[in-house]
Amino acid sequence: MTETIASTQIAAPSARAKLACFHCGTLCRDDSFQREKKVFCCNGCKTVFELLTENGLTEFYQLSATAGVRVNASAQIDRFKFLDEPLVRERLVDFTNAKLTRVTFLIPSIHCIACVWLLENLFRLQPGIGQSQVNFPRKEVAIAVETERVKLSDVVTLLASLGYEPELKLSSLDAKPRSQLARRLWIQIGFAGFAFSNIMLFSISDYFGLDSFAGGNFRKITGVISLLLALPVVTFSAQDYWRAAWTSLKQRLLNIDVPIAAGVAAIFIQSCYEVFTSRGNGYFDSLCGLIFFLLCGKLFQQKTYDRLAFDRDYKSFFPLSVTRQTGRADLRVSPDARQRVPISQIEEQVSLSQIFVGDRLIVRNGELIPTDARLVEGPALIDYSFVTGESEPVEKKLDDYLYAGGRQMGGAIVIEMVKAVSQSYLTSLWNQGAFQKKHKHDLNRLTNTYSQRFTKIIIVIAVGAAAYWAWASPAIALKAFTSVLIVACPCALALAAPFALGTAQRVLARSGVFLKNPYILETLADVDAVVFDKTGTLTAAGAGNVVWLGEVLTETEERWLYSMTRHSTHPLAVRIGEAIKREHFPETVRSFLETAGCGMEASVAGNEIWMGSVTWLQSRLVHVTEKITNAGSGVYVAIGGKYRGCFELANALRANAENVVGTLALDCTVALLSGDNEREREIFSKIFGGKAQLHFNQSPQNKLGFIRKLQQTNKIVMMVGDGLNDAGALKQADVGVAVVENVSAFSPASDVILAAGMVARLDEVRAFARRSVRIVRTAFVISALYNLVGVGIAASGRLAPVVCAILMPLSSVSVVGFACLAAKWSGRKLNRPPAVIGLKISLVVAKKR
Amino acid sequence: MIIIFLLIPLSIVVAAGFLLAFIWAVRSGQYDDTCTPAMRMLIEEKNSAGEISKTKIK
Repeated sequence: MTETIASTQIAAPSARAKLACFHCGTLCRDDSFQREKKVFCCNGCKTVFELLTENGLTEFYQLSATAGVRVNASAQIDRFKFLDEPLVRERLVDFTNAKLTRVTFLIPSIHCIACVWLLENLFRLQPGIGQSQVNFPRKEVAIAVETERVKLSDVVTLLASLGYEPELKLSSLDAKPRSQLARRLWIQIGFAGFAFSNIMLFSISDYFGLDSFAGGNFRKITGVISLLLALPVVTFSAQDYWRAAWTSLKQRLLNIDVPIAAGVAAIFIQSCYEVFTSRGNGYFDSLCGLIFFLLCGKLFQQKTYDRLAFDRDYKSFFPLSVTRQTGRADLRVSPDARQRVPISQIEEQVSLSQIFVGDRLIVRNGELIPTDARLVEGPALIDYSFVTGESEPVEKKLDDYLYAGGRQMGGAIVIEMVKAVSQSYLTSLWNQGAFQKKHKHDLNRLTNTYSQRFTKIIIVIAVGAAAYWAWASPAIALKAFTSVLIVACPCALALAAPFALGTAQRVLARSGVFLKNPYILETLADVDAVVFDKTGTLTAAGAGNVVWLGEVLTETEERWLYSMTRHSTHPLAVRIGEAIKREHFPETVRSFLETAGCGMEASVAGNEIWMGSVTWLQSRLVHVTEKITNAGSGVYVAIGGKYRGCFELANALRANAENVVGTLALDCTVALLSGDNEREREIFSKIFGGKAQLHFNQSPQNKLGFIRKLQQTNKIVMMVGDGLNDAGALKQADVGVAVVENVSAFSPASDVILAAGMVARLDEVRAFARRSVRIVRTAFVISALYNLVGVGIAASGRLAPVVCAILMPLSSVSVVGFACLAAKWSGRKLNRPPAVIGLKISLVVAKKR
Repeated sequence: MIIIFLLIPLSIVVAAGFLLAFIWAVRSGQYDDTCTPAMRMLIEEKNSAGEISKTKIK
């Protein structure tokens, strides 16, 4: 039966391009990988298709047109063996016993409904796998397996073979904080809402004086029931407010929690008194409604962005495993006997905790150097842009010292560990006190400063009213006092900031600006110094224009050069390749040779082609006519021994970056801190203006120190950076903004995560933050007006429960409505064009797959 | 009017039932991820393993 379903379904995607891979949609080189008349780009994709067909899972291709993920087939079978090491396994799994093991993996390539479906049908692909459940926003899958039948490495190998390789970083081993807090908040809201609505129902008769029809007992009963319903609300739902008020009183602060707690206490005591003395039913409905609204505000402001982590450290940057050359013991005996072992097949994957000083590790193209090490084999070209901010990769010779955190570009190298992972330069930098500093900022500053004054005024009024009535009519004195406290309970006031700023946070998130919490906006609005990093922040890594200087290339020549660049992983070659890429398929390249630091040579279609640095070509007696003088890099080309021209690769400023800096410079101090050399000083001094401070060759500590110095001159500093070298500065700054090309990629700990496209609109973001703060202030005024009316009634000693029951929700709802609508309206401009940016982000994600 | 003394506890019991259902829902994790279930709903289930095994049994 499954066979027939399969064959009818597969007929569908004929709309795709002729030579597009049936599985992942990539253009295929030729039709060498075929199966059931479908073409595949590689063996990996074909294997997935076969696996899915055999197991009757072809529905996968029906669910989404872009379902398939390109499989990066890896030759090594034992690549995930290290996951079965007891130490790793134990810390990776969520739960395990003799029968069942549950584990959660983060899989960045989850992108559509078909992924959800396939991952939840894993059990059909391998016996022993039980239920699996996808959490789409988190891009996580929780899988249950039979402990004895299926090893962890089997699961991951299966996932990787399907194109869903989990992200295994060093931080995966840390205990995962599960959001028990959010669940508790939901239950607290449930109790409050339940009590609020039911008490209101029972109080209707009381509001309109109808309870006299039912006799005196009726009123008593509803009063007692209301009290019983309100008890869990006051003790359980409101417990955070009691605690917060107590702590702030101990610190002799009058923040917003104090009047809230005082109001709640006053209402509760007054109501209990009324019920026990049969004077009335009290204000339990208002009490529960108040707590219900407050908790809703809390839920609203707790919006988190599941896939974003604002507190990442180097552990999320390092991989969980490395490739080790085996035969370690021999090397340890005589570390100086440097026999040239070729990069052989004798290698194993081990977890980072299992490697020791003296081990030899193999680092392949694009992999990280996990710890400080010495280069033993291979020409190394290390990209330190993320760690130091240098824009160009650095060449290293044999025996050179390599710092942790660099990324190897090009062929595989062998390194020998000099320091343990926990003692490398990068790790020790991170563990310095300065980098660990936690913000001691008062969240919700706006509300708290306002409530300080507010609380004092209320206490004066309450005491004043009590004193007046004690003299005029002592019977109402106490009631007037508590009534003032009840009415003044600043529910609307407390809701203004969470809802206005929470809405603003959502508006920003839609444009690619993600805030750690909504109160960052308060600080953001006050920023008067902005410090930029250069590489990756103001300039886009590898996105600069590639311009050909010299006589125009013919199409054939362009194809030759393109074919050549495909053989190199040097970043410049990759960029040139991207720039001159055409539809056509590459030419065969013979006798390709790449000399690190010089260039590459090869024979394409019978032509000897050299591409490389100017000195290299000159050393080969090529007469170079052009020379690139301004910033950027040049790659010179000679065909058949004759100079042909050169590619100029600009180190690109992000679009509109200069305007942003210009706008911010109008009312802010702006500065540039770069780990790179001074080559581009001129360009940036033009952008930043004469007065701005530009510092190059900055170490992470320099950057941190600069921020601290600015803060000592009473500036509120925003740091915009992207790399690990900015991590300290980002933490020290009042607002740390981490710029990311890909939202789900690694970013250092920060307050704000900014999609790269939004760097150019940073001034708009700040203007929006200012508008949002203004909205909060306006909402304060509105709630104060309500309080004025309420306090007027209360101080006269005539506060009826029905007035309270109307006034309190009315003020809350209107303030919340105003705050949300105003914030949304003020952010409408910000949200309009970024649809394009949003698209870009998703494209980047798609490419990364 | 005496009936109200029966109706009030009854209504509280019903309401408490809903409250308990809500607490159960939160505890069982239904509020942890509100996005994926919406996607899962769109997937046709006739092809899932459960259905296949059922048809085989028949």
